[in-house]
Amino acid sequence: MSGIVVEMAAKALKLNIPLSVQLDLTYRCNERCIHCYLDHDDHGEMTTAEIKDLLDQMADAGVFYLTISGGEIMMRRDFFEILEHARARTFCINLKTNGVLIRKKEAARLRELGVERVQISIYSHRAEVHDAITKMPGSFRQSIEAVRFLRAQGLRVTMANVLMVQNSLDYQSVKALAAELDAKFMIDPTITPMMDGDRSILNLNVDQATLQGVFRDGTLVGNVEEFCAPPGSVDEEALNMLPCSAGHTACYVSPYGDVYPCVQFPLPCGNVRRAKFVDIWRDSPQFKEVRSITLRDMPSCSQCTHGATCTRCPGLAYLEGNMRGPSSQDCEKSYARTGIPSENYKARHASPRPLQSLNLVQIQGLQPAVRNIPAKMTEGIEASL
Amino acid sequence: MKNYRYVARSKSIAARALGDETMVMSATDSTLFTLNEVASVIWAAADGVTPLEEIVRNRICAQYDIAPEVAMKDAQTLVEGLADHGLLLLSDQPLVPPGSSRGEAP
Repeated sequence: MSGIVVEMAAKALKLNIPLSVQLDLTYRCNERCIHCYLDHDDHGEMTTAEIKDLLDQMADAGVFYLTISGGEIMMRRDFFEILEHARARTFCINLKTNGVLIRKKEAARLRELGVERVQISIYSHRAEVHDAITKMPGSFRQSIEAVRFLRAQGLRVTMANVLMVQNSLDYQSVKALAAELDAKFMIDPTITPMMDGDRSILNLNVDQATLQGVFRDGTLVGNVEEFCAPPGSVDEEALNMLPCSAGHTACYVSPYGDVYPCVQFPLPCGNVRRAKFVDIWRDSPQFKEVRSITLRDMPSCSQCTHGATCTRCPGLAYLEGNMRGPSSQDCEKSYARTGIPSENYKARHASPRPLQSLNLVQIQGLQPAVRNIPAKMTEGIEASL
Repeated sequence: MKNYRYVARSKSIAARALGDETMVMSATDSTLFTLNEVASVIWAAADGVTPLEEIVRNRICAQYDIAPEVAMKDAQTLVEGLADHGLLLLSDQPLVPPGSSRGEAP
């Protein structure tokens, strides 16, 4: 991040301003990706008017970075009306889409509206692999065409490659394809649980050897020696560290108006149909609890050798039953990076039971609406990891 | 670029007030700028119909201890710099069509 971005984030944290919000417009989708956890039915999406009002509220609350995602955003017939309103309120807008419905005309409109970046999920350079993951024949061709249409308009495009067993050998070729199309490449090596607690989907995750390969690929991580260095000591400064921006300068709003710390952190904090966005952000007891947690408050992680350098996701920890506990998938990553296992990693791998059959999910305050939250779209680790 | 009276925020930007500062991002090259407190006052007032001279007189000189000619010179340097990056539009004519509302500050 540039110095200005870091400064602005620090200032937003100090002023308690939600600098970044991800807003999912819909959970409906024209693809049926094997790693997606969504209920694709519409259970009462916000109306156009409700979303416009929310955008106004978010602008007034200080939101600058707005990620518009789904589901497939262009399944909403009012998508461009919403986008136009958002740009009129001068948000910096990133879109996440599969691109299937983006043709020349739509790309031109996105350019006209001044979208900052469009992220399109590309699972493989091989059409048959990509289409098998999306379960939509022809989707690879359509998504790649969308990348071309967008680039032809001069729009910045990111090709997001979610790594899983089915495409674990393809990321270098997808990276090359991104370079050929003059798009940015990012890789996300983590498949996360379904929000209703079903962890069966975790069997799509790549194995340790593949993770290690990714983390030792200098074209992805930069300085491998530095990236994979043994963890430093957990000092006083580290103990006071905040876990991540979720709930501190960022949050997530579902198509039904539910507000959560992050798309990966389904702790219900309020609903914009019942309260003002800024009141939820400032006064929700759940947000306050999330904000109160530093590394010092995590009994296991504060004692862990990886404490200061771990990429621990508080949302994944929450999905394991304790937002102050470890995120086992990040323990896996720390081990893959450094070769040094955390106590949690050792305990889990000593267990005779496989990971996905552990009865870990005791989601606090799980509401019916939470079933509709996507555990993960293509959020996550960028090429810089 | 001295033959202008009016300044207006470009539509090709993303912007938000953050405390007494303002973040402005150019949509053309994604460069992020921050405006300090005084620059933010001018930015917020750059509605395309209020002359820069009036903005400086009413919003800057009225609130800050600064000589009008110095304030105007500084303001011109600022708005011309922002215009060079495509963040502001400068014109000798009002920049908002008659009948439309004044541009709202982010």
